[in-house]
Amino acid sequence: MLLLQVIFITEYFSFMKKSYQNFEDNSTNNMKQVKYRKFSLRFLLTGLLFFLAISASLHAQDGDPDKGKALFNTNCAACHSLDKKMTGPALRKVEQRLADDQGLDREWLYAWIRNSAGLIKSGDAYANQVFNEYGGAAMTAFPQLSDEDLANILAYTAKEKEIKVISTPSGDDGIETDGGSGVSNNLILAALGILFALLAMGLYMVNKTLRRFAEANNLDLGPETNRKPLWKSFVENQFLILVTAIFFLLISGYYAYGFLMQVGVDQGYQPIQPIHFSHKIHAGDNEIDCKYCHSSARVSKASGIPSLNICMNCHKSIYEYNGATTAEYDKAFYDGEIKKLYAAVGWDDESQKYTGESSPVKWIRIHNLPDFAYFNHSQPVSVAGLQCQTCHGPVEEMEIMYQYSPLTMGWCINCHRETNIKVKDNGYYEKIHAELSKKYGVDKLTAAQMGGLECGKCHY
Amino acid sequence: MKGLIKIVVVTVLIGSVYSCNDKSKPNYQYFPNMYKSVGYETYGEYEVFPGEQEALIPPSGTLPRGYSLYEYPNTNEGYDMAKQDSKNPLDSTQIDLVRGKELYDIYCGICHGNKGKGQGKLVKNEKILGVPSYGTRDVTEGSIYHVIYYGINSMGSYSNQLNEEERWQVTAYVQKLKAEIN
Repeated sequence: MLLLQVIFITEYFSFMKKSYQNFEDNSTNNMKQVKYRKFSLRFLLTGLLFFLAISASLHAQDGDPDKGKALFNTNCAACHSLDKKMTGPALRKVEQRLADDQGLDREWLYAWIRNSAGLIKSGDAYANQVFNEYGGAAMTAFPQLSDEDLANILAYTAKEKEIKVISTPSGDDGIETDGGSGVSNNLILAALGILFALLAMGLYMVNKTLRRFAEANNLDLGPETNRKPLWKSFVENQFLILVTAIFFLLISGYYAYGFLMQVGVDQGYQPIQPIHFSHKIHAGDNEIDCKYCHSSARVSKASGIPSLNICMNCHKSIYEYNGATTAEYDKAFYDGEIKKLYAAVGWDDESQKYTGESSPVKWIRIHNLPDFAYFNHSQPVSVAGLQCQTCHGPVEEMEIMYQYSPLTMGWCINCHRETNIKVKDNGYYEKIHAELSKKYGVDKLTAAQMGGLECGKCHY
Repeated sequence: MKGLIKIVVVTVLIGSVYSCNDKSKPNYQYFPNMYKSVGYETYGEYEVFPGEQEALIPPSGTLPRGYSLYEYPNTNEGYDMAKQDSKNPLDSTQIDLVRGKELYDIYCGICHGNKGKGQGKLVKNEKILGVPSYGTRDVTEGSIYHVIYYGINSMGSYSNQLNEEERWQVTAYVQKLKAEIN
């Protein structure tokens, strides 16, 4: 474009020069030339205007939208989105909008981006209007962005909105194969079932035909033998009765024991929570540390059910789900759950403000130790430095959270017997660790040897 | 007729076993009053509390024991004041960069990146965009602490996840990261 402009300009100058020379040469004797000059000047002036207009509109479109996207994502996207009001206004076609509505040009935008506070102080009317409209949130100054960077960013914001092709869940490869194998399994089972039914029917038919055949040929099938029924001979055999009775007693004892031992044990408990929170997406796909949300596990007894402001640390910006979906949990489902969060915390996504009307979420507690056992999270988490997964299982793979461990006393004790304590970088206890190792004659101390089996540690 | 009765009995038996196996309901408890605390438990639901919630926000104008008052308000002016005047109360012997790093990696690294360049996991996954590198920002220990305390723009407050001392430890670690980038 620039090259074209240069050519235009040089041609324009040479043309003007020529006409001027003509005028000089002929001015003395021919008045017509004056007319010609006037004509040429007017022509040139309109040409110049036209050129300026074209170059202005051309100028607005230069800049590389792809580079602009990268710059936008690193510098602007914390507060601005293209199509959605966030901390700052939506920015799609901002330049055009400003020019149309406010009559402000690109220079104003540059001044605003590089130093909005200065522009507000200078008393610029629109700058103050925007500042107040967004609750006095001061925009970070970006003096480091060059003209070219800003042109690139504006080129990116000037792009038309792409209409996303909504892909149906069945289009997803993973699900297709999943569903496919499920269907084929069912098909095979159904085919086998039909086959067996046909076989049974065939046998019955064969039997019936043979009997009819025998009857027709007057063949004697012999009388029905009058044997003693099986159960009668069983009842008469006292030894068999005794063995069976013992057998049944043992079996029922086994099951009764199993039933009694699982009373009060909630292993596998998987309640339906009021808001579907997928640990798989948060802790698995996005690798958010457990302690980011369950922060009190580091320092206190309870691991902490995160208050909703912690959700909003991220979900102020993340208002829709764009990750992998399944047939059961699709994008609309997850987006609906985020809406539930907004309703509970009282966040108006349109105006990006808290409404002040909140309703607490009644999360259902999964892990619950009985009152007679004391457990403090900070001990294994901060002192021993255990991974949360040691007790809670592969939480990062759980779409719906469930209790992984039985949380019985035997389970606690077993781990205390097997787990070596962390003596590294623990200078304060060095001496007592050394003495205890000597006493037990071991290299590595387990939690049990440190007193981890004493009743009073947990029951008092 | 006999066959039908047998089928019904078997279905009822299997059905009852299945229904007792409901994963969304907690199991029976033996002597439930041994399980349930007499005192109010964390996150419990009790009528005496407003909204029947044990979890409450501290009354305004109170301070937890061991905390001190943070006097800079959550405004642009407060930010500027904190940027100039607020200083880390921990001296060089109290600053523990190992703990600072641990806390930073949990709470900040997910967006700001473990090196402070604004390339955390959530940024790489394009969930949250526009996280700046500490290198390009003019921040002081006062302003870092102020932002951890109140949050800024899209960033929320971390004052309920980190206590006062931990916030200053993280501040010191952020300053170290910034120095490493520059």
